[in-house]
Amino acid sequence: MTLVTEPPKANFRLGMLIYDTRYRSYTIQVIVLLLFLMGVAWLANNTIINLAAKDKDINFGFLWNRAGYDIDQHLVPYTNDDSHFRALLVGLCNTLVVALVGCILSTVLGVIIGVLRLSKNWLVARLMTVYIEIFRNIPLLLWIILVYVVFSETRPEPKAFKIVEGQTSAAHMNFFDTIAVTNRGTNVPAPLLTNPLPTLHIGFMPISLSLIAVIAVIAASIYANILLRRRTKITQEATGTRPTIWWKSVLILFVPVVVLLFAMGLHWEYPVFKGFNFKGGINIAHSFTALTIALTLYYASVIAETVRAGIQSVSRGQSEAAYALGLRPNRTMNLVILPQALRVIIPPLISQYLSLTKDTSLGIAVSYLDLRGTLGGITLNQTGRELECMTLMMVIYLIISLIISAVMNAYNASVKLKER
Amino acid sequence: MSLLYIRRDMLAPQAPPASQSGAIRWVRENLFKGPFNTILTLLAIWTLYQLIALSWPWLANGVWSDANSMADCRKIVAASAGPDASGACWAMIRERWSQFIFGFYPPSLWWRPILTFALMFTALAPVLYADNKSAMARLCGVVTALMLLCLIGAQGFAATTLIATVLMAALTVLAATKPRALLIVTLLFPFVALWLLWGGSVWGPIVALIGFMVLAVVYGIVAPKLGPVMGASAGFIAACLWWLFLQSYVSEAWQALLPFDLTYVNSDKFGGFLLAFVIGVASISISLPLGILLALGRRSDMFLVKTLSVGFIEFVRGVPLITMLFTASLLLQYFLPPQTKFDLILRVVILVTIFSAAYNAEVVRGGLAALPRGQYEAADALGLDYWQAQRLIIMPQALKISIPGIVSTFIGLFKDTTLVSFVGLADPLRGITTIVRADIAWKGIYWEPYIFVGAIFFIVCFGMSRYSMYLENKLKTDHR
Repeated sequence: MTLVTEPPKANFRLGMLIYDTRYRSYTIQVIVLLLFLMGVAWLANNTIINLAAKDKDINFGFLWNRAGYDIDQHLVPYTNDDSHFRALLVGLCNTLVVALVGCILSTVLGVIIGVLRLSKNWLVARLMTVYIEIFRNIPLLLWIILVYVVFSETRPEPKAFKIVEGQTSAAHMNFFDTIAVTNRGTNVPAPLLTNPLPTLHIGFMPISLSLIAVIAVIAASIYANILLRRRTKITQEATGTRPTIWWKSVLILFVPVVVLLFAMGLHWEYPVFKGFNFKGGINIAHSFTALTIALTLYYASVIAETVRAGIQSVSRGQSEAAYALGLRPNRTMNLVILPQALRVIIPPLISQYLSLTKDTSLGIAVSYLDLRGTLGGITLNQTGRELECMTLMMVIYLIISLIISAVMNAYNASVKLKER
Repeated sequence: MSLLYIRRDMLAPQAPPASQSGAIRWVRENLFKGPFNTILTLLAIWTLYQLIALSWPWLANGVWSDANSMADCRKIVAASAGPDASGACWAMIRERWSQFIFGFYPPSLWWRPILTFALMFTALAPVLYADNKSAMARLCGVVTALMLLCLIGAQGFAATTLIATVLMAALTVLAATKPRALLIVTLLFPFVALWLLWGGSVWGPIVALIGFMVLAVVYGIVAPKLGPVMGASAGFIAACLWWLFLQSYVSEAWQALLPFDLTYVNSDKFGGFLLAFVIGVASISISLPLGILLALGRRSDMFLVKTLSVGFIEFVRGVPLITMLFTASLLLQYFLPPQTKFDLILRVVILVTIFSAAYNAEVVRGGLAALPRGQYEAADALGLDYWQAQRLIIMPQALKISIPGIVSTFIGLFKDTTLVSFVGLADPLRGITTIVRADIAWKGIYWEPYIFVGAIFFIVCFGMSRYSMYLENKLKTDHR
């Protein structure tokens, strides 16, 4: 027997579209759809009229025209005879490089600061709090500009490094005469190989097999080390004693890569002052240095807060239980606190990486030629194709963001507590 | 016979050993506990020493007055502290502070931004301290006193000084007696601020305000019959019609009838912290309601509404703010009907608002997701409809949870107002500082302007974060 009565089969009336909750959502959605389509049509219509008035069209063909401007920092070979598309690629690489370096450095610094902020040492904890509050509450742009200005205004000109017989030069190089910081850039030694592996030319990008070999060897060493640790764990669980393996780990991790580099003949080309400027080595522009340092310092403070929140989210009972089991503080941190804290830390951490990547576009303040500087800057101004350049730039940033969020979602799914 | 070896009175307890009490114990426990800790402390002391050794002479030799250029500063420092000494040149700030604060706003009209800023606190008072009468009155009183000082500093005892002070004093009395009435000030503030800052005819903002009244009246008529969504849409359409077709005629008619206007100040005169506050406050106040609507849209059961909200939020969050600002300055001219001209500040405010609304939406969504399902079900069981449930049950709790996130979005937004310099507005950080540094008299100055601007940003942002902590504490109702 059922007590639920069938709804009365009343005839459909027009008023039910508004009053009846079964139909109201459809009414609203249809109205929203109509409004949305009308809005899109209005914008599209305006755009077409405006483009026609300015005698323009939407055409991405300009990407294959000659760019005609120089980009000092290019990881992909580039000259000003190359196309705008190639300039775009160079800019994209520059964006990604700053983002990657910034993410790594700020994570290292941020974790150190976050842990030290929780330290029982009164002075250190206070200092770290001051650091975090100062960097978090002042715009990132200020740090970028300030670091850039300080570098380019306080450092001497290259000619100050000139060594005249019998006199000391006005400025000195740092780190045992290997690095020279002038007001134009930082000159660092360049790694060179005497007998490198050949370089592959595939499509638009030359691929250095030497670099790939080094990366492959490092990856293989790390994998071998993981295997070694796994075997050690098995031995420990079987016999109860843990074999000493740290020296094996060191050998596995470092010997192969050192041997490979030695075989390829790695040596350093030092920057030397010749004529009017430094010759040899790599010149890193201050725009890159300033952007990296500022992003690192700023995001370190943000990440430090994330780390602190994560560690504090692990309840005290966990560490007390670990001490009761006789674990030392060090192992308590590694085996009990960190695995639980990481679950809380990593999702916001990845979204910090996301905003760091987006904030590399602030390189505009120091004329860093990243994606925005090339595609959204010089290319846009030269070709006058605002609509195409801006759309393409937004789409590329959007793709980068979506990739990072996909990584975050995958991680979240993998560490999700298996609850019943 | 007596037992002489029994002590009759208690000995006074001995003081604990010197190493176990007082300052020494504290230092041992907190600074030198174990070798690692000691090394850390020594490192920290060394760092502090280095920082102070580097900056103290520079600060101590600072020049505040009697200098009109960098060269003057250097001369004074060299005269007082020796030829190689470095010294801060704060004289630059003494000479240029007005640009950092007001941009190029005409000095004779500075009373308008000052009054607006003071009114802003009065308008915020009922929002900040919901029912705390004395706190509101205290805030208004302090702001009135500060405003009076600023006005006297800016223009002496002019008629406007008197009018502004009387107005603020009246509002303070109102706050002390009828705090609820201040909400009217809050509602009127946007229009008053618009008129005070830009000037022009008083009838423009008033007629625009009537548009909102039209909205309210139409809502009042339609909503009881067709529900709040329909009511709001009908009201919105009516108000838009008013603004589009009647606004200019009505305001011109009134202006001809009863002319009353302030000197018009063009948008390119805005700059410095005035600009940062205009963009920041306007975007903050519009982006929160917009963010709440987007969050509700994202959690809606309606497929289309949900898809559109998700698409919008993810798109905006996926691109840097700079690209949005460039959209405002380069692309908006393509999307709007030909010959539409509207102000760059307004365009920037719209895009910044859209940007921070998407972030607010995600924060509010977090708050909504954190509410237990039972709350929604209880609201349904009470027979509340969707909007009643949101207004009475869901939102008060969800917003309380999301306060820290919302405030940190606001702080981020306020910091991001510095980016407007890239589309040609004179923000305090890059716009004004570049102008100052390009001046031949102040060539080569860099620490001082950035420290000055950074300090003001720090005060505002730090203040906001402390307020959010106060609010969190005040609203905390659970007993943990």
